[in-house]
Amino acid sequence: MAEPPRPPRGGRTATHVTLLIGAAVMVGPFLWQFLTSLKTLTNATRVPPTFLPDWRWSNYGDVFELLPFGDQFLNTVLMTAARTAGQLLFCSMAAYAFARLRFPGRGLLFGVFLSVLMVPPPLFVIPQYEIMADLGWLNSLTALIVPGLFSAFGVFLLRQFFLGLPKELDEAARLDGAGPLRIYWSVMLPLARPGLLALGILTVLWSWNDLFWPLIVNTDPEQMTLSAGLASLQGQFQTDYPVLMAGSLLASLPVIVLFTVMQRHFIQGIAFSGNKG
Amino acid sequence: MTMTVTGAADDVRTAVPAPVPARRRRRWRHRGAEAAWAYLLIAPTGLGLAVFYLWPVLQTGYFSFTEWGPFGGHEWVGLDNYRTLAADDEVLTALRNTVAYTLLGLLGIPLAVLFAALLNRPRLRGVSVYRALFFLPVVTMPVAVAMVWRWLYNGDYGLINYLLSLAGVDGPHWIADPATALYAMVAVGIWTSLGYNIVIFLAGMQSIPREYYEAASIDGAGALAQFRRITLPLLSPSLFFVSVLSVIGSLQLFDLVYVMGGSGQAARANPAFPRIQTVVHLFYDKAFYTNDRGYAAAIVMALLVLIVVLTAIQFRLQKRWVHYG
Repeated sequence: MAEPPRPPRGGRTATHVTLLIGAAVMVGPFLWQFLTSLKTLTNATRVPPTFLPDWRWSNYGDVFELLPFGDQFLNTVLMTAARTAGQLLFCSMAAYAFARLRFPGRGLLFGVFLSVLMVPPPLFVIPQYEIMADLGWLNSLTALIVPGLFSAFGVFLLRQFFLGLPKELDEAARLDGAGPLRIYWSVMLPLARPGLLALGILTVLWSWNDLFWPLIVNTDPEQMTLSAGLASLQGQFQTDYPVLMAGSLLASLPVIVLFTVMQRHFIQGIAFSGNKG
Repeated sequence: MTMTVTGAADDVRTAVPAPVPARRRRRWRHRGAEAAWAYLLIAPTGLGLAVFYLWPVLQTGYFSFTEWGPFGGHEWVGLDNYRTLAADDEVLTALRNTVAYTLLGLLGIPLAVLFAALLNRPRLRGVSVYRALFFLPVVTMPVAVAMVWRWLYNGDYGLINYLLSLAGVDGPHWIADPATALYAMVAVGIWTSLGYNIVIFLAGMQSIPREYYEAASIDGAGALAQFRRITLPLLSPSLFFVSVLSVIGSLQLFDLVYVMGGSGQAARANPAFPRIQTVVHLFYDKAFYTNDRGYAAAIVMALLVLIVVLTAIQFRLQKRWVHYG
């Protein structure tokens, strides 16, 4: 790193104070969520509020009584894993072809792919729902997974990545007698690891947190994902906020943990898609 | 960022042998084989997009000219749905709310620029910790976010009204009060996306060469002048990107409204609901709650028009203020 050009002029304290206030506003709600999740309903609805919790961990157990939380957790894990694996494979295949192979209609086909990217998702869902209904896939894991296996965004993102790799790579591999499939699998994919990681992270994030589609296709509580299951609780009955807070914390925790562990990759993936997308 | 791309490419370049003389170059025997492989590799995504995305868009367009019977089946009604829609208060209110969300949501951009600029100060400690904390809401499930804020906004037991009461203010029933509901929701929207925008802006700022600032400060430009003359113009592509994303995202707002405002009977019981209902929420309600799919299709076509128009305006305006290095 080069030495910074100018001595930071004043306000270092002011900078930290502003950032700390900002950070408090960002983290405060999560802290309150956690504290509430460990209170009795009586203490959670006390005026003025009590701050220290009652350490009522049984609220977390109650989540499993209120919802088929275990089933919904498993559905969410399977949906997320399948969509991510599918997109990584299918998008990288198509992206490689668009970036490195020559064939008639390449520009036109890519334009068609891009056009999907521009259409807001609500425009797809009525016919998608009809397809699921016709195939008898409603209220199944298949419905949660299948449309999410394909992504124009993923193709676009990875294509940018493959375009950045040097031309000599293909040529050298071709000289060694490798066909397109070999080059894709043994040369391109290993080099595209950062791009695959970025797409993988974004797909995990979007799948895990997705509400709209799961809400529409799976209405049977056992077949719901976590976000649809949690959403189904609102307004149903006298709201037990401590249990709701426990449930919403449990549901979002896996991605938060993943983010904490892979923070650098998350940030890079977001910044990458931002500068390329 | 691009850093990772060029990094990988550099590693490769050193590992690859020197270019081969032209006469020894050999192409795959058949150009046709290359094309065949390409089609094969594209086929899964191509077919998937065609079946689940492209064809559905066309169908939605067609559905918007139909009326659905209570037991399935639909008939052509021409422009009826659009005529009804143009006079339907519920639709017009939802459109108005959605545009209000979109415009107010843009207020999050200067806020994100401010925090990114603070984080970009040279030799600042704890940048990655701050960045992680600001990013937390971005990775949190929107349904969970909405629940937490519903609790914070609770008129009787919410933390926000308690804090306000310490200052002697009697807070409203935020999301159940027609006067405040929309603004309360906008605040949550901004809170949720702030970290994402900061990351984009910070990456943009970090790619501005430090020498520019050096030269400017030798010329006697103060911090504010440097920010206005160097940072903002060079950040304009990121600003444009974030504002386009923000508009497209706000126009499709659903999760927050669904969880905080409720749906079906619960929504109808909330006096503030007409003030917060968005177009996509109304679409969901018509398509999957009252099963009025033809009308729902027309509503979402109207949304498409709105998105295309607003995005086109942004692309037109960008020529005036976005500088591409």
